[in-house]
Amino acid sequence: MLITRKAEFSASHVTARPDWSAERNAEVYGEAANEHGHGHNYQLEVTLSGEPDPVTGMVLDLKELKQILEREVILPFDHHHLNREVPPFDQIVPTTENVAREIWRRLAPHFDGSTPPSPVRLHNVRLWETEDVYVDYSEENG
Amino acid sequence: MTRLTKRYRFAASHRLHAPSLSGEENRELYGKCNNPYGHGHDFILEVRVKGDVDPASGLVVDQRKLDTLVHNAVLRDFHMKYLNAQVPAFANVVPTSENVAIEARRRLCDAWQETFGSRGPALDAVRVIETKKNVFES
Repeated sequence: MLITRKAEFSASHVTARPDWSAERNAEVYGEAANEHGHGHNYQLEVTLSGEPDPVTGMVLDLKELKQILEREVILPFDHHHLNREVPPFDQIVPTTENVAREIWRRLAPHFDGSTPPSPVRLHNVRLWETEDVYVDYSEENG
Repeated sequence: MTRLTKRYRFAASHRLHAPSLSGEENRELYGKCNNPYGHGHDFILEVRVKGDVDPASGLVVDQRKLDTLVHNAVLRDFHMKYLNAQVPAFANVVPTSENVAIEARRRLCDAWQETFGSRGPALDAVRVIETKKNVFES
């Protein structure tokens, strides 16, 4: 069974590589390469897979998932400048693709199948950058 | 695996009417969607791309190339049109949203390689959202 929890954060970023010329960055990233940055209201959908506990009827206590999302993603990302304040985006460009993968990396250790009483695994991270663009990221886990 | 999905919009009208069926059969089958002068929707076209994230740019697809492709292959011909009469593919095929999704995917496939080359991202899915309640995926 799959369960999905939504969360949101607002953050700014620059999608440009410091080691590339302004012309090359503009060519690859367009107006998103503006060196002063710009922001989005990101919408996050985290999907877990598992079986409902026979006693509680729940795959996972959603309060627990909410707390993990708060700690691993929302607190460090919300109202921050990703490039300047959220490693590893001082080293890699915070495209939606890379931000989705980083969220996966932060969450996956919590849902590697070892959670008692039933194994719950991270199944998919969907990150909406705007109402018209989203990225899904997933990999084998646990 | 990384997939990027982008939404595009087109406003179009259509009429669901199968020429091989009688008028009465069409009315029974399609209901109000068979009304004689057609009706319209603000369609959302979702195009889903999958591939490897380029390690240098952090991108799975050049979105501006994708925008141009979708515009030229689909939106330009569908937006503000009566699909039955103005899109040749629907001259003999009922423009249900199932068939709209199939036709949009066919058009994108035809132009994909020319746009992205053989090592670029792949087209993963095309979804047509007809209304908030009806979604079709090809």
